[in-house]
Amino acid sequence: MITEIFSYSFLVRALLVGLFVSLAASLLGVSLVLRRFSMIGDGLSHVGFGALGVSALLSLQPMIVTIPVVVISAFILLKVSEKSKGGDSSIALISSSALAIGVIAVSTAGINTDLNAFLFGSILSVSRTDGLVAGAVSLVTLLSYLCFYHQIYATTFDTAFAKATGINTGRYTALLALLTALVIVVGMRILGSLLISSLIIFPSSIAMKVEKTYRSVSILAAIESVVAFLIGFFMSYLFSLPTGASIVAVHMIFFVIASGVKGLRAISDRRG
Amino acid sequence: MTLIKGDDLTLGYEGQAIISGLSFSVDEGDYLCIVGENGSGKSTFIKTVLGLIDPLKGHIEYCGGLRKNEIGYLPQMSGIQRDFPSSVMEVVLSGCLNRHRGLFYSSKEKSKAKEMLEKLGMADKAFSSFQELSGGQQQRVLLSRALMATEKLLFLDEPTSGLDARTTGELYGMLRALNGAGITIMMVTHDIHPALNDARTILHFAHSGYFFGPKDAYFGSVPGKEFLKESGHDN
Repeated sequence: MITEIFSYSFLVRALLVGLFVSLAASLLGVSLVLRRFSMIGDGLSHVGFGALGVSALLSLQPMIVTIPVVVISAFILLKVSEKSKGGDSSIALISSSALAIGVIAVSTAGINTDLNAFLFGSILSVSRTDGLVAGAVSLVTLLSYLCFYHQIYATTFDTAFAKATGINTGRYTALLALLTALVIVVGMRILGSLLISSLIIFPSSIAMKVEKTYRSVSILAAIESVVAFLIGFFMSYLFSLPTGASIVAVHMIFFVIASGVKGLRAISDRRG
Repeated sequence: MTLIKGDDLTLGYEGQAIISGLSFSVDEGDYLCIVGENGSGKSTFIKTVLGLIDPLKGHIEYCGGLRKNEIGYLPQMSGIQRDFPSSVMEVVLSGCLNRHRGLFYSSKEKSKAKEMLEKLGMADKAFSSFQELSGGQQQRVLLSRALMATEKLLFLDEPTSGLDARTTGELYGMLRALNGAGITIMMVTHDIHPALNDARTILHFAHSGYFFGPKDAYFGSVPGKEFLKESGHDN
């Protein structure tokens, strides 16, 4: 099976892009989930869908439209959530508006556009350019995450302390927003805009159930994300299932297992 | 030598003034207690001094060679997520990030972190999980982190809220020792005891105005006497 997959260059491309994106999304997810920003990822993916729809309508290169639109939205959403407690309703408003614009744009564009591929992803849609952009974006994300690991940790754990002691927290929050936007745009091609946020939220939520330090949570999230992607990818090929949905289903199973492990530990702690 | 000072400041949020005409200064080695009713501007004052918000009028000056990255801060415990996955060492090391260069913490920084934990009796918990510690232990870890960030000035915001009487007493003892070792202390508190026993200077906020001056003058003044009375120390 594996040699068969490697004989199709588009599958190899999708596999590589998926691996990179999974890794980058899982690391960003740790900080986003802990800062209660997970809904931002979800909102951005809908904005991404809207932008994809518009680019299809205007026959523009999708990345050229989606990247700037999603990056700008990331900064707006971040400001909204930081400023007001009602951030979640603003995110929901932006999400559904973007979805509506996307659906109108796609239906106007005609039958040539596959709505399904936009919503749920398609590995066939990963073109050579997409692959290159996705590879570059993921690499930049991984490198900046590693370079600023401690600063991102400090900003996530206690923003007030970090800022009070002279760390430029605004800069690291902006970096997080930028990287999240980029990862969502490139990941959306495979997983689709409705499922991409699971790549951000699942790995860290799973890791936090079993691990207790920031570093071990980050490492486990990265490993879980890559393993779930690989299993989901091969399962979808083997049983002709939709790729994005298969990957999310694997994450879901891991989440249930992790919850079970946590529960068992709690029981044995009480007995011990 | 003066470390922080402000002249004729107006402080508040989003254009709404809470305190105006405020002048104060903090000298090296000082022990300043910031007291007053809820909503009178204590937290606005701290946030402004720490640069988390800007004053509406005037500005706060760091002097005597004090730099932004030489301030240690112990925030209110309520601002920290109790379920955050982190080891004690990760928390303490993040205190020296303001002067840190490079990708990894140096062995010097690590040994300093261990030294701080030892000072506060938490050395054996270095690799424990922060979320599994008791409230008092978490407070010690956060104090270790604050001490990593400074050798000059420590800023504490209601450090004893949620602590039992014994742990509170221990914390005051540690602060007294730190102040004796030359660290300047600025503390927001509801508790009269540190103000009575350890403070040198008091900054009292009330809705009607503020008092700033040495401890003895404060307890001779009207707001000081009221504070004593409210705390049952009027006889």
